[in-house]
Amino acid sequence: MYNPFSLQGKTILITGASSGIGRATAIECSKMGATLIITGRNKERLQETFMQLEGEGHQQITGDLTTEEAIKEIAAFCPALQGVLFCAGIGDYTVTKFITSEKLLNVLHVNLISPVLLTRYLLTNKKIQKGASLVYISSTGATHLAPGLGIYGASKGGLNSMVKAFAIELASRNIRANAIMPSMVKTELLGTLDTISAEDWEKDEAKYPLGYGKPSDIAYAAIYLFSDASKWITGTELQMDGGRNLQ
Amino acid sequence: MDITTFITNFANQFDDTDASEFTANTKFKELDEWSSLTALTIIAMVDEEYNVKIKGDDIRASQTIQNVFDIVKSRL
Repeated sequence: MYNPFSLQGKTILITGASSGIGRATAIECSKMGATLIITGRNKERLQETFMQLEGEGHQQITGDLTTEEAIKEIAAFCPALQGVLFCAGIGDYTVTKFITSEKLLNVLHVNLISPVLLTRYLLTNKKIQKGASLVYISSTGATHLAPGLGIYGASKGGLNSMVKAFAIELASRNIRANAIMPSMVKTELLGTLDTISAEDWEKDEAKYPLGYGKPSDIAYAAIYLFSDASKWITGTELQMDGGRNLQ
Repeated sequence: MDITTFITNFANQFDDTDASEFTANTKFKELDEWSSLTALTIIAMVDEEYNVKIKGDDIRASQTIQNVFDIVKSRL
């Protein structure tokens, strides 16, 4: 059957695959024919994702990407890759007066340093094949700020800059790097923003003409970016916000 | 946990309102300087000083500093 969006024959590494966007993307990519290498911190939840993958030949490896040892181990573990989704991330809500170096470093570590170092080690281990597609989960928080979102926004803004650098450096080998910038998606990460009341969540969702996103919405965008259908697209930031930032 | 210190910590989150205006019975949402950002700093102050998580709903349900104090104290 004619399908330019097929992921048949592609091996894709997904970080943060034990929940949310990472889990949904892993499952959808397997349905599109990809072979998955999934990684996450929590063994049980990673196994739950693994059980939902369709097809054969998938692998899983647990690891905490905030340690360089784990990053090196995962990079060494991977077979040749045609795609990587950098999805592991944390939310943060800290007003400026209460910023500490510990909070700052923790968020930057998970959201910026870890994906950058994993990219580096995958490249030096020669795991990223010619024509591969690297997809980074950023956020509209990189450009659209709110009180308390400074550290998170900085981590994602920094990631966007790195993605452009990867795109420029890797284009000669037809390796593409793109960011997806979702606004609010209903995932477990929302639970970490526990200072926000239920009423405020409802008010916030009302600002989205198409409502909040679902993890599968992001997964379908990632499928497009992994497929050969997007082979002319690199260095972009795909904003996905259900119309939130139109006015 | 002591109400006087709590009032001082609470007052500290304001830049333009004189500390003398704050008592246990102050209806803090009626202060000119009160805003949603102040609410966030109060939540952060409670987390940092008392290691207690309060939510926007808790602030919403409170009228006076005493109300917030009681919520924090009940979760220590």
